Order: sequence, then structure tokens, then C-alpha cells
Amino acid sequence: MVIEIKDLNKGFGDNKVLINFDLNLYKGESVAVLGKSGSGKSVLIKCIVGLMQADSGSIKVFGKDMIGLNAEELDQARVRIGFLFQSNALYDSMTVRENLEFPLRRHWIEKTPEEVEAMIKEALTNVGLPDTIDMMPSELSGGMRKRISIARTLILKPDIILYDEPTTGLDPITAKGISQLMVDVQKKYNTSSLIISHDLNCIKITADKLVMLIDGKNYAQGTYEEMKENKDKKVKEFFEI
Amino acid sequence: MINKPALIRFLEEAGDITRFTLRFFRELFHGRFEFNELLRQSFFIGYKSLGLVGLTAFIMGLVITIQSRPTLVEFGAEAWLPKMVSISLIREIVPVITALICAGKIGSGIGAELGSMRVTEQIDAMEVSGTNPMKYLVVTRVVAAVLTIPLLALLADAIALYGGYLGCNIHGAVSWRLFWNQVFETNTYSDVIPAITKTFFFGFAVGIIGCYKGYNSRKGTEGVGRSANQAVVIASLLIFILDLIAVQIADVLGLT
Ligand SMILES: Nc1ncnc2c1ncn2[C@@H]1O[C@H](COP(=O)(O)OP(=O)(O)OP(=O)(O)O)[C@@H](O)[C@H]1O
Ligand SMILES: [Mg+2]
Repeated sequence: MVIEIKDLNKGFGDNKVLINFDLNLYKGESVAVLGKSGSGKSVLIKCIVGLMQADSGSIKVFGKDMIGLNAEELDQARVRIGFLFQSNALYDSMTVRENLEFPLRRHWIEKTPEEVEAMIKEALTNVGLPDTIDMMPSELSGGMRKRISIARTLILKPDIILYDEPTTGLDPITAKGISQLMVDVQKKYNTSSLIISHDLNCIKITADKLVMLIDGKNYAQGTYEEMKENKDKKVKEFFEI
Repeated sequence: MINKPALIRFLEEAGDITRFTLRFFRELFHGRFEFNELLRQSFFIGYKSLGLVGLTAFIMGLVITIQSRPTLVEFGAEAWLPKMVSISLIREIVPVITALICAGKIGSGIGAELGSMRVTEQIDAMEVSGTNPMKYLVVTRVVAAVLTIPLLALLADAIALYGGYLGCNIHGAVSWRLFWNQVFETNTYSDVIPAITKTFFFGFAVGIIGCYKGYNSRKGTEGVGRSANQAVVIASLLIFILDLIAVQIADVLGLT
């Protein structure tokens, strides 16, 4: 098991977002988290990487509890985790190349400039944007920014990847391409991923298992088909579009 | 009447700024230093404010000279004009004006830049990708401000004195040699060193307040605007408070 979440609670004042939330992610597996807007999906993955502090409960990544780590330990734990921000979070004062170089900073000593260049080229080719290398993020369209952001997340080939809405705002064809890329990365490097998405097409392609985040809990889980057949009203809503 | 919540808010803010400052020093002396980023930031700070600082210093030098003349003439002490002007420029006017301009230009720039990075989650992105944003963004900018603003002040001193020289020659004739002789005769180390020393503290105030406001910016475009705005207001206020303290210290040490 690579991620094990137990009884996770997180709230902001009176607003209880996650209530005794449980989730398990196994090696090589892809789990999709579905939930309405504002249900706490982004909060959940931010707690996993320690960008937000959980109120109570435990989050284990590779068997190590992420809660209560000091800055250095947290940094060590994060090395193996890739994080795709919902808002992309591209560094807008840097070119695309510098954006992709940034995660490599902590490996700079081990890598020659040629290797770094090759990694950047490969990452950009993977998302179908090899020609944007010298552009600024502000010169790119929303969908292109998303793809650059995905390239930046994948460049270090992390063991766990947390995707916050990877295909939102993309056209169906590009979205399918990205979904396929996610599957390929998964297969090639045997990564484990947690995918937050509303895009049923993306989920159908990428996810082995679905987790329904409803009322702050892991309300139901199972394969895509199982969830689709689920009779519960709150689960059904998601598939009746 | 003192508004209690406002007072409490002020104390909380002061506490937060203190904590942020302590964290800055911890990060400064711990681990690898982002040298390239420091150079880049220093260049930006110097380059961005050079023109404005120079122009203001020149005008200040000129104006102060022109306005001081009538008073000195009244006492028949017109010959002292270069002395008097240079001492007020070097000791007080140039350091404070330079720092205030930097608070307006650099402080707000840092506040807005870090604020928008916070709001668009770029700071979070740095953190998860293993770069300590406190080190990469905050330490470099504060150190750059501390190193650059004194340099700007020195340069502004020279430009303001040149303005003063021109001012002396509008209604009278003071030779280039005579003017500088008087300037160097009057301004000794005990005038110049405290004046330069305080600009380091001004630089620190501008840098740390800009970073604090930006780094802790609240969500939304409005939050970024507020950060930039408050960075200028608080830094300017702090510059005057520091100036007051500096004068007292210099006085106690007999550097007058
Ligand atoms: N920093 C914060 N401070 C206070 N409340 C927050 C904060 N971040 C999130 N929330 C609250 O937590 C709840 C869940 O937010 P979250 O961003 O996780 O939603 P989400 O499920 O990702 O929605 P979406 O699909 O729209 O991205 C919301 O009610 C939001 O108001
Ligand atoms: Mg979200």
C-alpha cells in the first residue's frame, strides 16, 4: 500500500470539509476521487502532501505518517510524489523551459545540462507541445498551460502522482490524449495515482477504482461499472448526465 | 477612544511580522544559499529604482539649496551654503527619500509579486517540488534589498550633491573645487557612517515587509492589491520609526 488514509478530519472553522475520510491506494493502482464542487477533493490531496495540516487522523505514504513531520522529513517524503495543481500553478515569471527545470533543481548535481535538456524535451513531447519550450506561460492557452503543468509534474517520474482535475478545460481530443498519457506513464513506470476528476471519459480510461467523496466521507467505492450500477441516489447523480 | 479589536489586530500583526523575521534569519543561516537568485533580484531592485531615485535626489539637492539660500543670506552666512546643504542631504534627506522611494517601488513590487504567486499556488508548487520558497523567494529578496538600497543611497548622495552644486550657482558663483572642499570638510565619518548604516536597516524593512505581506497574501485579486498597498504603508512608517531610533542612537554615541 502506498497511501493509507484513516479517519481523516479537516475543517475550516465551522465548515467541516472531511469527516472520518478513509482511502487506500495500492502500488501500481489508479484511484479516481469523484465529488461535487466544494466537497473537499483539493483539500484532501493538499493534506496528503502536507500543504494543509489535517485536524486529526492519519495519512501514511509508503508507510510513513505525513502528519507531524518536520520540514526536512516532509521534503524527503515529497520527493516521490508528483502533484498537479488544479490551477496549474505555472511560474509565470519563468519560461516553459525554466518551469520544467524547476523540479529538477534538487537533482541538479547528478545531472548534466544535456540530460536535463533531454528530459525537458521528452516531457514536452509527451504532452504534445515541443515547440513551446521558450515561451512564457502567459503566451499559452488555458489547455496548453494545463499540459505544461502535467509535463512539469511528470518530469521527475514520481512514484505517486496526485492529479487535481487533469482534463478540465481541455477539448475532448486533447483530454483523451492526456488520459492516454496518464495510462502510459502508469504502465511504463508502475506509478500509483490518485486522480481527481469530473470527466467520466477520463476516469473510464485511467481509473481502476472510484471513490465517491460525498458528505466528507468515502461514501462508496468500487470499479467504474460497480459505481454506475450503484442504486444509491447520491452516487447515481454523478452518472446521470 | 482606542478601538480594541484594532489594537489587538495591530499586536497580532506585529507578532506575526516578528515571527516571520525570526524565520527569515533561521532560513538565512541554514542550508544552501540561492546565490543566482540573489544576484538576479539585486539587479532588478537596483535597475528598477535607479532612474527614479536619481531624479528625485537631483531635484531634492537643487530645491533644498535654493530654499536654504535666503535664510543664510539673512545671516550673512551665504558662504556656508554648501556645508549646510550637504550635511542635511547626506545625513537625513537622501537616505530617507531613497528608502521611501524604494518602499513605494520595491516594497509594493515584492508584495504584489509574492502575493500573486501565493494566490495562484505557485508558492505551494515550489514547496511540493522540493524548493523551500522561504529561501528561494524571501531570503533572496530581503538580502537583495539590504545590499542594494545602501548602494542606491550612496549614488543618490552624489547626485543630490551635484544638484546642490548647481543650486549654489544659480544666484552666486561657487567653483566646483570650493564646493567639494566644503562638502568633504564638513561631512566626516561620523556623519556619513550613521547615515549609510541606517539605510541597511531601511532596506531590511522594505524587503521583509514586502515579503511578509506578499507571502501571507489572502486569496483573490483584492488580496494581492491589499498586500502591495499595505507593504508600502507599513514599510514607509517603519522607515520613519527606524530613522527616529537611528537619530537617538547616533546622539547617544556622540556622532553628531
Ligand atoms: N484555504 C482555505 N480556507 C478556508 N476554506 C477553504 C480553504 N480551502 C478550501 N476551503 C473550503 O473547503 C471546501 C472544499 O474545497 P476544495 O477546494 O477542496 O473543493 P473541491 O472539491 O476541490 O472543489 P472543486 O471541484 O470546485 O475544485 C470548500 O467549502 C472551501 O470553501
Ligand atoms: Mg478542487
